[in-house]
Amino acid sequence: MLHSPETPLLRGKLVRLCAVDAETLSKGFHKWSSNSEYARLLDSGPARPFSQKAIKGFIEKELQKDDPNLFFFAIRTIDGDRLIGETGFDGIRWNQADTFIGIGIGEQEFWGKGYGTEAMQLMLRFAFTEINLHRVSLTVFEYNERAIQSYLKCGFQHEGRWRQYILREGRRWDILEMGILRETWMQAQEMEKNS
Amino acid sequence: MQTISAPLFEGQLIRLTPVDHEADPETVAAWTHNDEFMRLYSPQPVRPLTVEQVKKKFEQIDKEMDEDNNLFHFAIRPHDEQRLIGEARLQWIEWTNGNAWVKLGIPNPQDRHHGYGSEALRLLMRFAFRELNLYRLTISLPEYNARAIAFFEKAGFIVEVRRREAINRMGRRWDLIDMGILLPEWEARHAS
Repeated sequence: MLHSPETPLLRGKLVRLCAVDAETLSKGFHKWSSNSEYARLLDSGPARPFSQKAIKGFIEKELQKDDPNLFFFAIRTIDGDRLIGETGFDGIRWNQADTFIGIGIGEQEFWGKGYGTEAMQLMLRFAFTEINLHRVSLTVFEYNERAIQSYLKCGFQHEGRWRQYILREGRRWDILEMGILRETWMQAQEMEKNS
Repeated sequence: MQTISAPLFEGQLIRLTPVDHEADPETVAAWTHNDEFMRLYSPQPVRPLTVEQVKKKFEQIDKEMDEDNNLFHFAIRPHDEQRLIGEARLQWIEWTNGNAWVKLGIPNPQDRHHGYGSEALRLLMRFAFRELNLYRLTISLPEYNARAIAFFEKAGFIVEVRRREAINRMGRRWDLIDMGILLPEWEARHAS
């Protein structure tokens, strides 16, 4: 057996995955959305700062649906219990056991230090051993080198690119498609366990 | 270069029209019972719908086209007939980047191999590139739909992404293929 039931599902060494609290997350997202660099790494839609009220309304509406298919978590540090980002599965196709995943570390001082990578690793374990998906997909923009490196570290493989999809700063950029299969992830876990 | 008077919605064989809320739902409800077509057309589970359910869907389409401003949905009809033979859509349009996703379906076998689909795609692309001023179109197809992949390749789409094993059907895993075409590629092939 790869993991026992005691292996924590929502908790790593640096971060843990928590319930989304509309009040707290809206404060965070309001701040993060004002950082245009973050907004342009996160989304292909226009970067724009959101008011806390608007975000809070949106989150509350989502949570009110009480949707059993919504897996959307706040990312908090173990040390200091700070809210630093958010992550969620987007568009789970249960019949195909496939999903897209989104992740963002809004607090810039936590970039490049392994927090996002660990949050992604927790999400993959959740995807493959709790909701039993077959694969996880993501898209990342070609100018987001840091994210690409993090995803490769988590075991994602390149699967292609939507050419020239994004128009920003007067030029076009590709969107990269990456994916990881359950089998690949399981093998990596075994190897880590045996090393 | 075409002139403004060159028709956008009229071809030699077919035309792109709005949906007919009275006449079309019965035909579309029959399509949803055509499991072979539905499995070629969508990764969602096959779900046969009643005429009433399709009517509601049509209302949703109208609402989406109105409010979200990111969808164009056309009914395909033969040039000289009222009957519905297929649908053509540009969806999830991202205006700032100039992208849309294509859906194109001609469900009944007797309506295939007449050039209807090719002409519908030709009109849809001209509409996308010359009226909406988009820059790229994307289509997503399961690898077992080889006929459609060849069809879009012939029209100038290029295979860009292979999402490994993203589809589980007929008891095995299949890749999901994304294909794309860019404005300059379309211009080089079609804009004459």
